[in-house]
Amino acid sequence: MTVTETEKPDKHAAWRGRAESAEADRTSAEVDDAESIKELRQKSRALLGWMMRPHKKGIAFLCAILVVQNFTSMATPLLVMFGIDNAIPAISERGDYTMLVGIAVVFALVSVLKYVCVRLYIAQSAKVGNAMLFALRSRVFRKFQDLSVSFHERFTSGRVTARQSSDMESIREMTENGVDDLVLAALNVVTITIVMLVIDPMLAAVSLLTFPLMLLLGRWFSKVSAVAYRKARETVALLIVYFVESMGGVRAVQAYRREPRDRELFAGLNTDNQFAQAKGHQQNAFMSGGMRGIGHLATVVVLLFGGWQVMQGNTELGVLAAFLLYMKRFFDPLNELVQFYNVLQSATSALEKLSGVLDEPVEVPEPLEPKAIASPRGELRFDAVEFRYREDQVVLPGLDLRVPGGQTLALVGATGAGKTTIAKLVSRFYDPGSGSVSLDGVDLRDLSEADLRGNIVMITQENFLFNGTIAENIELGRPGASRERIVEAAKVVGAHEFIDALPDGYDTHVRKRGGRLSAGQRQLVVFARAFLADPRVLILDEATSSLDIPSERLVQRALRTILADRTAIIIAHRLSTVEIADRVLVLEHGRIIEDGRPDELIDRGGEYATLHRQWEDSLV
Amino acid sequence: MGSERLKTPEESDNPPEQKSALTNLWRMKKYLHPYRYRLALLWSMVLLNIVSGLAIPPLVGRAIDGPIAHRDIPGLWAIVGVIAVLGAADALLNLVRRYFQTTTAMAIEADIRGALYEHLQVLHTGFHDRWQTGQLLARVTSDLGMVRRFFAGGLVFAITSVGMIAIIMGQLLFIEWRLALIVLATAVPLLLIGRKFFREYLPAARSEQDQSGEVSSAAEESALGIRAIKALGRGPLMAARFEKEAEELRSRSIFKSMIASRSWSGYDAIATAGVGGVLVLGSTMVAGGSLSVGDLTAFIMLQLALLWPIEASGWVMAHGNEAMTAADRVYDVFDTEPAIKDRPNAKVIDRSEVRGELVFEDVRFAFEDDSREILAGVDLRVKPGETVAIAGKTGSGKTTLVSLPSRLNDPTAGRILLDGTDIRDLKLENLRSVVTTAFEEATLFSMSVRENLALGRPGASEADLEEAVRVAQAEFVYDLPYGLDTRIGEQGLSLSGGQRQRLALARAVVVRPAVLVLDDPLSALDVHTEELVERALAQVLRDTTALVVVHRPSTVALADKVALLHEGRIAAFGKHSELMASSPEYVDVLSAESEEVAA
Repeated sequence: MTVTETEKPDKHAAWRGRAESAEADRTSAEVDDAESIKELRQKSRALLGWMMRPHKKGIAFLCAILVVQNFTSMATPLLVMFGIDNAIPAISERGDYTMLVGIAVVFALVSVLKYVCVRLYIAQSAKVGNAMLFALRSRVFRKFQDLSVSFHERFTSGRVTARQSSDMESIREMTENGVDDLVLAALNVVTITIVMLVIDPMLAAVSLLTFPLMLLLGRWFSKVSAVAYRKARETVALLIVYFVESMGGVRAVQAYRREPRDRELFAGLNTDNQFAQAKGHQQNAFMSGGMRGIGHLATVVVLLFGGWQVMQGNTELGVLAAFLLYMKRFFDPLNELVQFYNVLQSATSALEKLSGVLDEPVEVPEPLEPKAIASPRGELRFDAVEFRYREDQVVLPGLDLRVPGGQTLALVGATGAGKTTIAKLVSRFYDPGSGSVSLDGVDLRDLSEADLRGNIVMITQENFLFNGTIAENIELGRPGASRERIVEAAKVVGAHEFIDALPDGYDTHVRKRGGRLSAGQRQLVVFARAFLADPRVLILDEATSSLDIPSERLVQRALRTILADRTAIIIAHRLSTVEIADRVLVLEHGRIIEDGRPDELIDRGGEYATLHRQWEDSLV
Repeated sequence: MGSERLKTPEESDNPPEQKSALTNLWRMKKYLHPYRYRLALLWSMVLLNIVSGLAIPPLVGRAIDGPIAHRDIPGLWAIVGVIAVLGAADALLNLVRRYFQTTTAMAIEADIRGALYEHLQVLHTGFHDRWQTGQLLARVTSDLGMVRRFFAGGLVFAITSVGMIAIIMGQLLFIEWRLALIVLATAVPLLLIGRKFFREYLPAARSEQDQSGEVSSAAEESALGIRAIKALGRGPLMAARFEKEAEELRSRSIFKSMIASRSWSGYDAIATAGVGGVLVLGSTMVAGGSLSVGDLTAFIMLQLALLWPIEASGWVMAHGNEAMTAADRVYDVFDTEPAIKDRPNAKVIDRSEVRGELVFEDVRFAFEDDSREILAGVDLRVKPGETVAIAGKTGSGKTTLVSLPSRLNDPTAGRILLDGTDIRDLKLENLRSVVTTAFEEATLFSMSVRENLALGRPGASEADLEEAVRVAQAEFVYDLPYGLDTRIGEQGLSLSGGQRQRLALARAVVVRPAVLVLDDPLSALDVHTEELVERALAQVLRDTTALVVVHRPSTVALADKVALLHEGRIAAFGKHSELMASSPEYVDVLSAESEEVAA
C-alpha cells in the first residue's frame, strides 16, 4: 500500500485554520516519503536499542529464564509419555514403584522450577521494563525542555503532552505485555521445528511449506498496520491537543456557551481517532484469521501427505500422530503472538514519533564550549541584529544598540515595532538571523544555559503560575531560598499583604494555573519570583498591565530599588512604568526613531512627547 | 509542585462511597446497551469459535485411527475434506469476530469518551481549578483504553477460558471422575491465591494509574509553562521534578508487578503439579486394573489442554483489576455533580424582551475551603443600558464579582436578579446567551481567528465579525498570513498581549448580549488604541447593560457610574467625578497622582 498520509485538506477542518508553516504539526523528521519513513523506522529501532543497551545483562537473564521456562513446558508432556510407557508397565509387571516415584519427584521439581521461572520473570521484567520507560520518559522530557520556544509555539503543549502520555502508554503496553510470549513463541518455533525435523524430515519439509505464507502475511500486516498506527498516533494527538486546550479554557467555553460547538468538534476528532485506532486492529483481525487458516491448511496437507506416506509404509502411524500433535503446539503460540504483534506495531509507531522528537534540531542550542563571564556588569549590545519570524517579514532590519550596565531602558512603540522581539532576543528565546547580541562582550550563544539564565531574567505578560503553593511559586526564582527571603521578596513587590490574607498564607495552594488568584495577584507573585532570582539583567515585557494603580505604585517604588544596580529593559504601554527609565527608545518597524532620557524626549517634542501627552490626558 | 499536588480522588468534589470493586465497571454496561445485539452476536461467535477450534483435533485423531490406519483413501479424503471446511470456517469466524469485536470496542470507548467530555464541559470552574489537566487526560485516554482492552481482550479471554475449562472438565469427569476430583482440588489453592491477589492488586493498580496521571500533569504543565521556565532557566529543575514523579511511577509499577509475581506465578506450577498428581495416581490405578492406559492418556492429554487457560487467568485477572480501577477513576469524574446547573423549573427568557436590569442583593461569596468572605454583602443595581465600572484594589473581589452574573460561580448567599428574576431560575444556556463575560486574560484557542471570534455565536455573519473587529480595533487580524483563516498559535501566544485582548473583546462584542461583563478589557492596550477602542465601544454599550472592571481612570470614561469595591462591599457608588471628590479610598485606587511618579 502506498503511503497516503497526505490526504490532508478536509481533514484539517476549517475550524483549525491554516497554520503559518506547513509542518506545524510535526517534527521535521516526520515526512511522508518512503525514504523518510524507512529512516524513521530505523531511528525508532535505534531508540529501542538505546533503551535496551543499559540492560543487556538483565535482558540476557530474562531470556535465560524464558529458555528454562520453555524447557519446563516441553518437559511436561514428555514426562507424561515416559510415565505411561515405562512406569505403568514397571508397576503392573514387577510391582516396581521406583520409577513412578522418580517421575513424581521430577514433576515436583518441574513445577517448582516453573514457579520460580514465572515469578522471577515477572519481577525482573517489571524492573527492566520500568527502568527503560523511566529513561525514555526522562530523555523525552529533557529534550522538550531543550527545544526552543518557537518549536513549542507551533507544536503546542497538547502535542507535547500527547507524546509524553499516549505514546508512552503504547510503549508501556509493549513492555508490560507479551514480550515473553514473543520470546517463548520464537523458542517454541525453533525447538518444535527441530523436533519435527528429527521425527520425520519429509513431513517436516511439507509442513514447512506454509512458512512462506506466514511470512507473506506477516509482511503484509507489518506494512499496512505501520501506516494505520502512524495515523492513529496523530489522531490521538489531535484529540489530546483539543482536550487539553478546551479543558484549560473551560471558563471561556462556558461563558460563551460554546459547549455544543465544542462537543461537535471533539466528537469529530473522537470519531476520527476511533476509526484510525480500529483500522490497525481490523487489519490484525485479518492476520489472526489468516494465521489460523494457515495452521489448518498445514494440518490438512500433513494429514494427506502423511496419510499417504503411512499407507505407503514410509512412515509409522505413531510418528504421524506425534507429528500432528507437535504441529498444533507449533501454531497455537503463533496465534497468540498475532495479538502481541498488534501491540508491537503500535509501540513502534509511538517510538517513531518519539525518535522524531529526539531528533528535532534545537534551534537555540547550548554552546559546546561555553565562555564564562567573570564578573558580569550587565552591559548589553546588539550589533547589526537582523531578525525575522517569517521569510517575508523583517522585524528587525539591523539593530545596533548598546545598553551600559545598570541602565534602565524603556522600549516604546506601536504593536509590531519589535519591542517584544528585542526582549526575546535578549532572553535568548530566539537567536538573531544575523548579527549578534552580547552580554558583557560575550555573545549570548556562547554562554552556558546556567550563566545566561542566572544573569538574564524575563517577566512576561503571561504570569504563569505552577501547580503548588504561593511560596513554591516564588521560590522558583531561586530554588532553595529560605522562607524569610521569599517573604522579603513578596514584601518588596507589595504582594505580602494579599498573600498574608489568604487562608494558608504563603502555603495557600494556587490551584491549577493560579486559578485561585486574580490576574493582578498572579502578576505580583511573578514579580516576587523575579525579584528573588536577583539577575543582572531584568526584562519586563508588559509585566504591569494587570496591576491596579496602588499595586503599580508599589511595584514602581520597588522597581526603583530593584533596578538601581541592574540593567533593565522595560516594555510597557503605561508610561508610568516608563518614567522610571534612564533612557527611552521609540521604535518603529524595528528601527530606533528616538533615543534619549524621558525628560529630554518630552522636551524635544517628537513621538514620545505625543505619547506622553496622550497618557497624561488619560489620567484625568 | 512538591507534595501539595492537586490530588485526585481524595479531593474529588463528592467522593464516591466505596462500593464493590466491580461496581463502576459494571455501571459501564449502559454504554454497551446500544451495541447489545452486535455484542450478543459476537459472544455467540466467540463460543462458536471455541467449538470450531476444539472440533478439529478429535477429527485429526479420527483420521489417523480410521482411514489412515485402514488404508482407506476415499475415507481419508472425506475426513480431510471435513477438516478443511471446518478449518476454513474456523479461520473465517475468527477473522469476522475479531474484526467486529475491535470495531465495537473502539466505538464503545469513543462513546464513553464523548460522554465524559460532555460531563467535564458542564462541571463548574471550581472543579477544573482543582483537577490537573493531566489527570483528566489520563482518564479520557489511558483509563478508557484499559477498559476497552478489557472488554475487547480480557473479557473475551476470560469467557473463552471459562468455556474451555468447563468443556474440558466435563470431559474429564466423564472419563474418570476420581481423577477429575484431583483436578478440581487444585482449584482450591488457585482460588485462594486469586482472592489474595485481588485484595492487593486493586489498590496497587489504582495508585499506579493515579501516578501515571501525575506524570502526564507534570508533562503538560511544563509544556504550557515553557516560557516561564525558560525565562528563569528552570529547565533542569523542572526535569528533576518530572523525574521525581516518573520515579514514583516506576516504583509503583514495580510494586504492582511484584504482587503479580508473588501470586499468579503459582498458577502454572499448581496446574503442572496437578498433572503430576494425576499421572501418579492414574498410574497406580492402571496398575491396579481400575483404569485403562488409553483412558489415562486421554485424560492427561485433556488436562494438558487446561494448562494455558489456567495460566492465562492470572493475566486476565490483572487486566480485569486494572479495568476496574480505571473505571473507578472515570466514575470519579462522572460522579461529580456540576455545582452550577439548571434548577428543575428553570425559565427561558426571550433575548428581545430583556431590558437588562442587573441587581445584586446582599451577594456573598467565599471559597469552599476558606471561611472568609471575599464578597461580604454586595448590593448593587445596574439600570438597563447603564454602564457601571467596578474599581477596587487587587484582591478586593472584582474578578469574583464579575464571574457571578453569568453563573461561572454562584454566590454563597444572596442573589442576583436579571430583570427581577433570580438568575438561578433561568436556564444556564439562556442566561449565558443574555449575559456575556470577557475575561482579562484572553483565552484563545489554537484554531482559526474566525473560530475564536465566533466563539459565542457560531453563526455570526462576516459583517458581524467585521463590525466587532472594528470596535475592538483588531484590524491586525486581516494582516495575518491567511486573514481570518489563520490559525493563531496556542493561546494566541504568537500575538502580543494587546492583540490578544482586542481579539477577546471583539469576541464579546460579536455576541451582542443584553448584559456585557468585561474584566479589565483594555489593560494591555496602549493609550492611543485604548482611546480608539473606547470610542467605538461606547456606541455598542449605549443600549447594553455593562459591568466593567477597571484599573485605570482612562477606562472609567466608559462608565456612567462607578462602584468602589472595598473589603467585599460596595463602599461607594456614583459618578467618577463625585467619587473623586468624596471618597478618599476611591482616589487611592484610581488616581495616578502619586509622589513616586512625580519624584
